[in-house]
Amino acid sequence: MRGFARLYTALDETTATGEKVAALAAYFRSAPPADAAWAVHFLTGRRPKRLVSSVKLATWAAEAAGIPPWLFEESYAMVGDLAETITLLLPGSGVSSDRPLAHWVEERLLPLRGQEEAVQKEEMQRAWRELDRWERFVWNKLITGAFRVGASARLVERALALASGVPEGAIAHRLMGGWEPTPEFFARLVAADVRDADISRPYPFFLAYPLEGPLEALGEPGEWLAEWKWDGIRSQLIRRGGRTFLWSRGEELLSGGFPEVEAAGALLPDGTVLDGELLPWADGKPLPFAQMQRRIGRRSLTRKILADVPVMLVAYDLLEESGEDLRSAPLADRRQRLAALLAATPSAGRMMLSPSVPVPNWQAMGDARGRARELGAEGLMLKRLASGYGVGRRKGDWWKWKVEPYSVDAVLMYAQPGSGRRAGLFTDYTFGVWDEGRLVAFAKAYSGLTDGEIRRVDAFVRRNTLKKHGPVRVVKPELVFELAFEGIQASSRHKSGVAVRFPRMARWRSDKRPEEADSLATVRALLTRS
Amino acid sequence: MTLLRLTDHGLYCEAGDFFVDPWSAVDRAVVTHAHGDHVAWGCGAYLTSTEGAGVLRSRLPPEARIRGAAYGAPVPINGVTVSLHPAGHILGSSQVRIERGGEVWVVSGDYKTDPDPTTTAFEPVRCDTYVTESTFGLPIYRWPPQEEVLRDVNAWWRGNQESGKCSLLYGYALGKAQRLLAGLDPGVGPILTHGAVERMTAVYRAGGVSLPPTIHAATLGRGTDWSRAIVLAPPSADGSTWTRRFGPYATAFASGWMLVRGARRRRSLDRGFPLSDHVDWPSLLAAIDATGAERVWVTHGFTGAVVRWLQERGLDASAVQTRFEGDVDDDAAGPEDEPAP
Repeated sequence: MRGFARLYTALDETTATGEKVAALAAYFRSAPPADAAWAVHFLTGRRPKRLVSSVKLATWAAEAAGIPPWLFEESYAMVGDLAETITLLLPGSGVSSDRPLAHWVEERLLPLRGQEEAVQKEEMQRAWRELDRWERFVWNKLITGAFRVGASARLVERALALASGVPEGAIAHRLMGGWEPTPEFFARLVAADVRDADISRPYPFFLAYPLEGPLEALGEPGEWLAEWKWDGIRSQLIRRGGRTFLWSRGEELLSGGFPEVEAAGALLPDGTVLDGELLPWADGKPLPFAQMQRRIGRRSLTRKILADVPVMLVAYDLLEESGEDLRSAPLADRRQRLAALLAATPSAGRMMLSPSVPVPNWQAMGDARGRARELGAEGLMLKRLASGYGVGRRKGDWWKWKVEPYSVDAVLMYAQPGSGRRAGLFTDYTFGVWDEGRLVAFAKAYSGLTDGEIRRVDAFVRRNTLKKHGPVRVVKPELVFELAFEGIQASSRHKSGVAVRFPRMARWRSDKRPEEADSLATVRALLTRS
Repeated sequence: MTLLRLTDHGLYCEAGDFFVDPWSAVDRAVVTHAHGDHVAWGCGAYLTSTEGAGVLRSRLPPEARIRGAAYGAPVPINGVTVSLHPAGHILGSSQVRIERGGEVWVVSGDYKTDPDPTTTAFEPVRCDTYVTESTFGLPIYRWPPQEEVLRDVNAWWRGNQESGKCSLLYGYALGKAQRLLAGLDPGVGPILTHGAVERMTAVYRAGGVSLPPTIHAATLGRGTDWSRAIVLAPPSADGSTWTRRFGPYATAFASGWMLVRGARRRRSLDRGFPLSDHVDWPSLLAAIDATGAERVWVTHGFTGAVVRWLQERGLDASAVQTRFEGDVDDDAAGPEDEPAP
């Protein structure tokens, strides 16, 4: 545990990407494969399932620290991270553990599952006695399943590539999909022979950057493909070895959730991988994303929901054909093959080629973007026709150009402390708009302010609290913010009668007085535009 | 009997007609220490410790009337006896003891009980009512031994040197910077200062505190090799253009807040050193206990938690809403005044 805790400390103590990669690579070179496999597992965000509830952990930790539960709660509110709170409260142990990470995970952590509460408690308190401060912290992180240390999956891939000499793309591919963190897996992960295949495994998704600068800077319009940018679930549909797999961009296997799309996918020839977007679709147009949410997370799909919210795969790209990896071929070529493939495959209206948007010139592109909202799209995607299909988010070949968001000036009504790096600061806000002389809450937003602005709002909240409801502060209605959001829908579940999508703070309108903020009538008027 | 009450100007002793650390101009102010949230400009007269008079003078306009009193010496004010006792927070910081007819009140100001070579050690004072700060009044705050922290600071400095980086160490310009300075190993390399730190360090030296030599960074030219140096600066300098001259550098902040990762991460600092000039949770409770007070007023910090903890132990405790802010960057001198030649 000592080596892994040291890695955690090293990652935690630097903000420099290069130093993080170096620390990770050094760990992967020196750690036993069993430990390295677990490290990859945790660092790429695969969470251990929560073995012990937070409430129990808090109770046992408070007991070990000799403080009452209310004081534990106060402390937790300040720290904002359960694992760290426990670490800070426990009395010093004076010892450290040189047992390997794999031992701690396999012999100590996993066996906690299904144990009686008394045994779990004894095991937890015993572990705390055997570990030093940072080791305890890592242990608590493993237990609480919230393992984040500012090292993205991308950095882990870079470090593994650096440590093994295997190209980053091959590492990324091997990390996609399902695998078990065993020493054998780690050996395969860093193996020099890169012709391995796993029939279910998706390719790493290629992602677009938001467009920077003027369109003209992109060169000739004729070198670009423009498509609508849809707001659905980005997915890969894989047909290999007589089986069909559907993966989300979050590397979640969606198989079973979209039977109509999978049935259509089963008609594709073997050795095919499509990249596309799952959208609720009816009458030649996407339904609001909220409809999709009705389907996601449902245990069983009823006939009614399948009929109410039919789903379509809008295909963007062809990554594999006849078992051949096409990613280095130019987009123009891939798209032509994709069109031919879809034309030759019966799909019963469950798969379609993503329509291209004709753009004879950049002016027409701007006009098209203006129409996006009517079509239920978020904007445009611009892809260089000569581009290959890359890995991760890179600048240059793929750009997203969203429509201007909706915007409303609203008044800060309530504030609540954040968690993690925002712990102890009031960072989570509820905003209201005017309705017959009263403020009605209409959106929550957490992002968009700079750290400096957050500190100023935090100070305002502390000095202008009118009432406290648990962690929530009711503040003097004084600060006005311009909120931006992507979509708006009527909602009977919200007091304001509307629900907005992706709200965030676009600007602090310190030039506006609260009474100058927008009214609910103005907000409702946006409904008719959407 | 109530010797103090809270007014719009601050803690007021009616019997003696004076204020302790008022936040607006009053006739007569007794000042625990010279941090900005404890000192109001424009008072008719200031009483502070002899040790702290120089520091206070440096923070007030030249015409201010400041009287110094030796630690422990009784000062009669309108029939009330006032005396000042070391608080261990910064140079010259005091607790204010107020006595009238056998009743004793003590106002702690900001304080710490850990040793600090730059200030006289905290001294417990028995009283009936204790007015205490609670900046770090939660059990998560337990300071690691300061030798360990200072060893880490010096090791960090050496590590940065090895990778060719200048070390930018942030600490409040009055108090923390000098305590850090006293703990730095001058054998490692040159110790440079931001103007705000240099000014307060000069005041400490004039007050008889012996500190390693420093060089005001602004006096060095553009061609300087900064990579071996450590630079002491107030936290407000972080991210300012002033830091650019130091080329590749690593940043750290020495403060009790740095014990919690989130506090360090949201400032995007490379390191946080948990070194505080306030009492941590165990020291706070021990200090309250040592006063023997039956009544405790809890001011700035985690007042709610401390009050409840004390009440559960049978003390008559209550929260008092002062405008003191505790551990804040009130020494921000703005951008460095003198440009590099």
